[in-house]
Amino acid sequence: MEDFTQLSGLQIDALREIGNIGAGNAATALAQMVQAKIDMSVPRVSILPFTEVADLLGGADAHVVGIYFNVSGPAPNSILFILSAQKAGLLVDMLLLRSSGTTDINNLDEIEMSAMMELGNILSATYLNAMSMFTQLKFVPSVPAMGIDMAGAILDAILAQFGEIADHVLLLETEFTKDEDDVVGHFFLLPEPGSLNIILKALGVNTDG
Amino acid sequence: MKMTTAPDRLMTAGLGSCIGICIYDKSVKLGSLAHIMLPSSVQAKNPENKAKFADTAIDLVLDMMIKSGANRSRLQAKIAGGAQMFKFSGESDIMKIGERNAIAVEENLQKHRIPLLARDTGGNYGRTITFDPETGDLLVRTIGHGERII
Repeated sequence: MEDFTQLSGLQIDALREIGNIGAGNAATALAQMVQAKIDMSVPRVSILPFTEVADLLGGADAHVVGIYFNVSGPAPNSILFILSAQKAGLLVDMLLLRSSGTTDINNLDEIEMSAMMELGNILSATYLNAMSMFTQLKFVPSVPAMGIDMAGAILDAILAQFGEIADHVLLLETEFTKDEDDVVGHFFLLPEPGSLNIILKALGVNTDG
Repeated sequence: MKMTTAPDRLMTAGLGSCIGICIYDKSVKLGSLAHIMLPSSVQAKNPENKAKFADTAIDLVLDMMIKSGANRSRLQAKIAGGAQMFKFSGESDIMKIGERNAIAVEENLQKHRIPLLARDTGGNYGRTITFDPETGDLLVRTIGHGERII
């Protein structure tokens, strides 16, 4: 039985490297989209039980914004970029070069929604590219879907659509910094059963010994 | 799944496409809450967690309640959830899981001849519910779509 909580420093480092490269490329893409400098970093990488995800987000009824992609390929999974509704509002402000507090996350107009979706697109593309580079596996994302609602409800919908997600998921905490503002969001890779081991094996660091 | 007697209440938060099923016997103030995610255990790759399928969860709950003194003929139910959280382009059957869950729950309740007194299902928003076995009230809370007791 795989015990992902026992990953070695080496394995975490491999994943962090993927995160850093992904974030670096995303920052470049963002800068082009936004015409301003937004720094990105991955302060933390972890593998955690799926059951802990809702609590990490502030509880099953926490108000969050989630952007979801289905990913096909030899290691199928779901990608979910999710952060609190309040932080999502700040992030949209950053993306649209407005002062913090301008965006009302409960009343997004087309441009604001489109900015969030585009951010989701950029993040998934750059993180998946970095993954592909390191694992030599193909990852093909679907079109994005966005939900703004309770964390449990969003996780729930993904779970139901998939049928099952593996017990453990990968988290790349992602920090966006622009001038003095910073926002931390959670980038989750929710693997189907078996996918995480395929990915870790392909990184040359599998969990069997 | 959970069970309790008044004055305690049962709660589950963040129901999306999942359905919260409250089955209770008002005469002994005994209530239960099952949180199901999928309609049927039949096609599941891993049917171990029986509590998450509409068919097996209801069987389990009934067993639990009757062993605790509930009378089958007095059981009643209320349900909430079954929303369609995400919209994808090119929707197919697979996507409408919320609706499929609701149908499966109703069919299974009917199979056991448990009357469904109230339902708050559908839409595209999450729900947090609190059930009170003392009154039989089910409080449904949402973000941006109001609050109601059914």
